[in-house]
Amino acid sequence: MSSIAMTSLDLARWQFGITTLYHFIFVPLTIGLAFFTAWYQTRWYRTKDEKWLRATRFWGKLMLISFALGVATGIVQEFQFGMNWSEYSRFVGDIFGAPLAMEGLAAFFVESTFLGLWIFGWGRLSPKVHLITMWLVSASTILSAYFILAANSWMQHPVGYELNEATGKVELTSIWAVLTNNTALYAMTHTMLAALLTGGMVIAGISAWHLLRKNEVSVFHSSMRIALPTLAVAGLLTLVVGHFNGVLMTEQQPMKMAAADAVFETESGVGLSLFATGDFEGNPGSTNRNIQMPNALSFIMTGKPDSEVKGINNLNAEYQEKFGPGEYAPIVWISYWSWRIMLGCGFLLALFGLIGWWLNRKDKLTTSPRFLKISMWAASLPFIASAAGWIFTEMGRQPWVVFGLLETENGVSPTVSAGEVWITLVGFTALYGVLAIIAGRLFFKTAGKGPAEVEEGDADKPYLGLAY
Amino acid sequence: MEDTTTLQFIWFVLISVLWIGYLILEGFDFGVGILFKLIGGDKEERRAILHTIGPVWDGNEVWLLVAGGATFAAFPEWYATLFSGFYLALFVILLALIVRNVGFEMWGKRDSDAWRTGWEWCIALGSLLPALLWGVAWANIISGIPMEPVATNGRESLEYVGNFFDLLSVYTLLGGVASLAIFFAHGALFLEMRTEGELREKAKAVAVKATPVAALLGAVFMAWTLIRQDSLEILSLISAVVAVGGFIVAAVSAKSNPVRAFIGTAAGIAFYFIAQFIDLFPNALVSSISPDFNMSLNMASSTDYTLTVMTVVAVLLVPVVLAYQAWTYWVFRHRVSAEGFGDVKSPLDLLDQKKEAAGGSGSNPGAGGEPAGS
Repeated sequence: MSSIAMTSLDLARWQFGITTLYHFIFVPLTIGLAFFTAWYQTRWYRTKDEKWLRATRFWGKLMLISFALGVATGIVQEFQFGMNWSEYSRFVGDIFGAPLAMEGLAAFFVESTFLGLWIFGWGRLSPKVHLITMWLVSASTILSAYFILAANSWMQHPVGYELNEATGKVELTSIWAVLTNNTALYAMTHTMLAALLTGGMVIAGISAWHLLRKNEVSVFHSSMRIALPTLAVAGLLTLVVGHFNGVLMTEQQPMKMAAADAVFETESGVGLSLFATGDFEGNPGSTNRNIQMPNALSFIMTGKPDSEVKGINNLNAEYQEKFGPGEYAPIVWISYWSWRIMLGCGFLLALFGLIGWWLNRKDKLTTSPRFLKISMWAASLPFIASAAGWIFTEMGRQPWVVFGLLETENGVSPTVSAGEVWITLVGFTALYGVLAIIAGRLFFKTAGKGPAEVEEGDADKPYLGLAY
Repeated sequence: MEDTTTLQFIWFVLISVLWIGYLILEGFDFGVGILFKLIGGDKEERRAILHTIGPVWDGNEVWLLVAGGATFAAFPEWYATLFSGFYLALFVILLALIVRNVGFEMWGKRDSDAWRTGWEWCIALGSLLPALLWGVAWANIISGIPMEPVATNGRESLEYVGNFFDLLSVYTLLGGVASLAIFFAHGALFLEMRTEGELREKAKAVAVKATPVAALLGAVFMAWTLIRQDSLEILSLISAVVAVGGFIVAAVSAKSNPVRAFIGTAAGIAFYFIAQFIDLFPNALVSSISPDFNMSLNMASSTDYTLTVMTVVAVLLVPVVLAYQAWTYWVFRHRVSAEGFGDVKSPLDLLDQKKEAAGGSGSNPGAGGEPAGS
């Protein structure tokens, strides 16, 4: 496919993919860092040990850089549905708009207002109130994620709705069903654990860099001692919840899971493919698997080692009967590899967390340069896992934008030309690229600089090191 | 065409309130963002200016996000047609808001003149463009856009069928220039109210000149808007008169009483847009092709069930939001000056001196919503 011939649909999809993945670099990082910052500040509040104050301000500053980028790119997310996907917006507006509006009312206002209070409130609010503002920021970032995941989960697994034949649009029948959609609850747990992993891993990585240089050992050793056990627990739980998430997805979106393992024909007791080659094309072809873990896939998908796993070709035939002629499989190689990348990173992170916890208990953190060096590189894993996870979730749902109800190609804005989408696609990508360089450099520079000094009695004074 | 239901009316009012809240609050941010570059002589003054809006600008911007989300939830057809129709204009606004937001956060994060100058331009342009373009956008919404039914996916929807340049006419550009002038004056008054010393004098000098210009442009736009109406709407006329009255109060008081003047522009902005919302009602969008293609609120609306759910959520949450946003303004109500900003390491010594006025934690919500100087 030559790029000149790209339609406004292709371009709008690229734009959604690029802007959303970019936005989601900052989302888990902010959620994770806000949580740990609140934790460190709680330690400071309780112990009055200066190292916790310095840790709070140091990690808080990094959180703010991430937050700034997340907020700035988040506005695009809300506008994009109307701009590029007006048909989608008309079709789902009765349902999809509600969680977005609730996110604004319940979460964004809290987040922005209390973050302002936190940044400028040092020495101005009582220590207790000031601590509460940080926990409110942390809670609101999590609440915000919940509403947006409820909206997304409705696209994966529509519930609490009715199709109005007269208008050709879906209508909400139960907000409760949408907000307690089991898909949303699993996605929420999985994503929040991943956010903890992201924040914890970045803390571990930066702390390791400083510890290797014997720099500010007390602040960074303490920071890491809190982050590592959290990583171990969150890492293991992410895998466990991810597993149940997979079982649920097999029920709700069997095609996505069949594509995840490139299972073309329905079989029982299917092995987990560890590495496969081939053209990943359905009917009649298949992959040439070379390495498999016996029965593992059946277990992952259903919880039972010998159960049946529906194949892509069979599902395609089933859907053609139900929804009419067409191709109902996603791009298999993308599903196959994105799922593996996510899982691979997840296992490595859980392993890392366990080793870290063990070293931590033996008090060998500072004397294990190899572990510290690995920590620095391992900090990239949660970002890769998140990106792969979202690519898998969203690409694996194709050709649907709302599973079983609306195909992606029918969701795009009919009056926006390819030329116009080119302009915004190039514009956003270029701006995001420049911001990535600037903010990335600032993030690493701030991280490398280490925590600022705190002088005697400074803690009670207005402090604007986090402001402008 | 069916009549607007009570729930639809409530949501039209609520969305109007969200927009008006946004335009009053971010309105002064926009003005301050432009003045930041214009009257902030040196680094210290600029930092002081930034600090007047530092704790609140992000919360102010959320009003826009909620207005957008509420429009999506309550009137999906309005949201879909408007956002896909004003495509490139919204793109420019988004770029502007992004660089402006990042600029606020980044400006002081590195001690380098080149770094700061770059972000200052981002903040100034990122404030100027939306201040202008929101005015253009609303003038288009009330005066009518090329919109007609287009069949897609076996369903007919009212779609914007013009291009970017169809949004620009003498009337809509006047709307843009007027809103820019109004927000600029509003921001100057805010600075005059929130600063002291030399900075305050500079802000006052700007405000004294800017407020009459804003009043004049606002009055001309209001008059033109009323003349355009097929049959004069009395409520719209009253709002327009009150709006212009507010701007005139601001112009008269700018020199002697910045608090009164700021209340003048704030009320002026509110009624300026109330006049426009009344003009628009009962439509969500007006077609310049034929009145038959107007999009009524009823046509644009979500179901009663969704509107009921959202009403419950709004009734529960909006008062809470108002209370804690008011509290923030109360906590940060002190005047700011450039003095004490010289030493980057421990800035805001001045605020420290002013701390006694705050009385510690300021745990007194609802005691004052106005960011008035104490």
